[in-house]
Amino acid sequence: MNLVNITMPNRPAIRNGNGPTPTDRTHVAFDCFSVFYRANQAVKDVAFDIPAGYVTAIIGPSGCGKSTILRAINRMNDLVPGCHVKGELLFDGQNVYDPDVDVVMLRRRVGMVFQKPNPFPKSIFDNVAYGPKLHSRLNQSELAEIVERSLVDAALWDEVKDRLGDNALSLSGGQQQRLCIARVLAVDPEILLMDEPTSALDPRATLRIENLIAELRGRYTIIIVTHNMQQAARVSDFTAFMYEGVLIEFGLTKEIFTKPKNKQTDDYITGRFG
Amino acid sequence: MNLKTRKILDRAFAGSGVFSILLMTAALVVLLAPMLIRGWSAIYFVATVEHRQLMLERFERGNPERVAAEINAAIAARAPLYRMIAAFEKQLETCDPENRKRYAPPLRELKKALHSLLGPAPGAIRPMLMRDQYGQMRWDRALVKLRNVLYREAWDYSDPTRGGIKSLKPRAAEFAGTPVEPLFAYLENNLDKMLLPRRTLYWQFLTDNSFDSHFFGGIWPEILGTFYLAVGAMLFAIPLGLIAAIYLTEYARETRLIGILRTCISTLAGVPSIVFGLFGLAFFINTLKVSSSKSVLAGALTLALMILPTLIRASEEAIRAVPHTYKEAALSLGAGRWHTVMSVILPAALPGILTGIVISMGRAAGETAPIIFTAAVSVGKPLALWQVFSQPTPALSWNIYNLATEHEAVDAIRHVQYGLVLTLVALVLVLNLAAIFLRARVSKHLKG
Repeated sequence: MNLVNITMPNRPAIRNGNGPTPTDRTHVAFDCFSVFYRANQAVKDVAFDIPAGYVTAIIGPSGCGKSTILRAINRMNDLVPGCHVKGELLFDGQNVYDPDVDVVMLRRRVGMVFQKPNPFPKSIFDNVAYGPKLHSRLNQSELAEIVERSLVDAALWDEVKDRLGDNALSLSGGQQQRLCIARVLAVDPEILLMDEPTSALDPRATLRIENLIAELRGRYTIIIVTHNMQQAARVSDFTAFMYEGVLIEFGLTKEIFTKPKNKQTDDYITGRFG
Repeated sequence: MNLKTRKILDRAFAGSGVFSILLMTAALVVLLAPMLIRGWSAIYFVATVEHRQLMLERFERGNPERVAAEINAAIAARAPLYRMIAAFEKQLETCDPENRKRYAPPLRELKKALHSLLGPAPGAIRPMLMRDQYGQMRWDRALVKLRNVLYREAWDYSDPTRGGIKSLKPRAAEFAGTPVEPLFAYLENNLDKMLLPRRTLYWQFLTDNSFDSHFFGGIWPEILGTFYLAVGAMLFAIPLGLIAAIYLTEYARETRLIGILRTCISTLAGVPSIVFGLFGLAFFINTLKVSSSKSVLAGALTLALMILPTLIRASEEAIRAVPHTYKEAALSLGAGRWHTVMSVILPAALPGILTGIVISMGRAAGETAPIIFTAAVSVGKPLALWQVFSQPTPALSWNIYNLATEHEAVDAIRHVQYGLVLTLVALVLVLNLAAIFLRARVSKHLKG
């Protein structure tokens, strides 16, 4: 069993956080956490802590379990038949796989942005308003306020403010992805999970999303899975490197990318495999 | 395979594709054209003064003075006929019995043929059946009846190897030398003055009740009956089908039981409709006793049962075709399963579901076998809404069959049968076009 014990590295200072400053609080903690798809173990005894308010990147080659671990946090894995977990995944100290956990409440606090932009075939307004409408009774002006704030936060407001009634599918791919981010922000989550959010976008749109991540940093705990190592280096404070379901190394991004402790990490980062 | 062979293969395939499509189009035209032409003749035809008289007397349609004037003109034109017959009858009274014996039966036959062409003779007792109270309504039928007056059918059985041989004997020859002899020439030359044929658009064919088992009037009870049955079937089938489809796609785990259930649904879709009809009779009427005998309710339930598998299948396919990402997005925003289905999956699946619904409705409207035992009668009044729970109804599909096979005068009411066929085909066509239109509209709405 390849058990990796990783201690928390020192926290870097938040550079441009414009919201509440992050603390040393651990937001999500994995403890001997494994995920199985039927008999196949996709994540193997992973243990590390994700600090609140920072951007944490999870990198690794295809099939290494990085998406699986992300989807374990808001229990999207429940949708996959035959998927079950072992060990503990603590969110604010509470095991999210406890039988008495309300999955709906969990997902409200843990927002997710998917690989491909997936707006609903509804209007732009209705897309953003979908979450808030679910969780509380709001009148039209309160709703409009939330929609505007979310779109502003997602850096999309200026582009769509004159056509909120248009179908969301008429937006470009990059705009759709920012709309999806606005949709998540509208439910006011604590954590943003991003599953390769720019892999379907062109470089310009990618850059805008990356800038957006930098802006949201500090206000939300962001966990981003990415294939693109430059992206991980650019946007994240911490990086976790996974390989074949095992967490190989976890640490400060600049340390991982400059002087990785592990040979496999070094090989992957320098492009010798993966 | 070299380039040339590939090209030849491609061309051959494209060519045979075009050919088969053209063939199907031709078949469709050959099938639909007569249906359209003949069906249209139920609504637009050359009507006689008898038709106008009927319209005035039974439906109070038309200008009474004008119709009365026309009737008088027709009576005046017919008068010589009846005068000739009366003169001959008078002659017969005084002549020797042998002659009377010889002429009485052909005269009786002649009067009968004349009656069916022109209606009752003036001064005759009013007949009981409505069909005997009027002459021919349609000019085409009048010409057939004219032949019956002019000629007598004779059968020759002398050659046993060939069976009976039909021949037409002119009646004029039978009455040679009598006062009736000129009647035939007069009738042939003046029939238009006696019946006053005129092109008529009788669009009320679709909205009139029928009289005397479809001899007169329209097909409104059939149209209404088909409407009740199809809509009733959908009222039962849509909720059940949708709930089943949602359960099977979104809630059910892939257990063995669900697998068996799916197989059962597929099998039900292939059960012959007559079996559904018998089941409906045995289950809904005899066991559940939803009504004391045939009723629209029992028929609608049976039809619902018949279209349910198709509807479930179509809805299931439509729901499965909704991108998985919509569901993920809704769930990740904290929507419950039920809310995800209602707010995201069903709206996105709507075009497919609507298509399934409309096509099933077309099928329900056209089916005959399931309603034979459960809902259909050949003659009936249009039902009021509250009668559907206890009363049977005529319906387009059943009455097409009935008028083509079981009616006592199939030849006389062919035009009604054609009209029924055209109406049913048009109805199903309109439903299918509506499905295409709805689908396009909703898809466009979804795609933005």
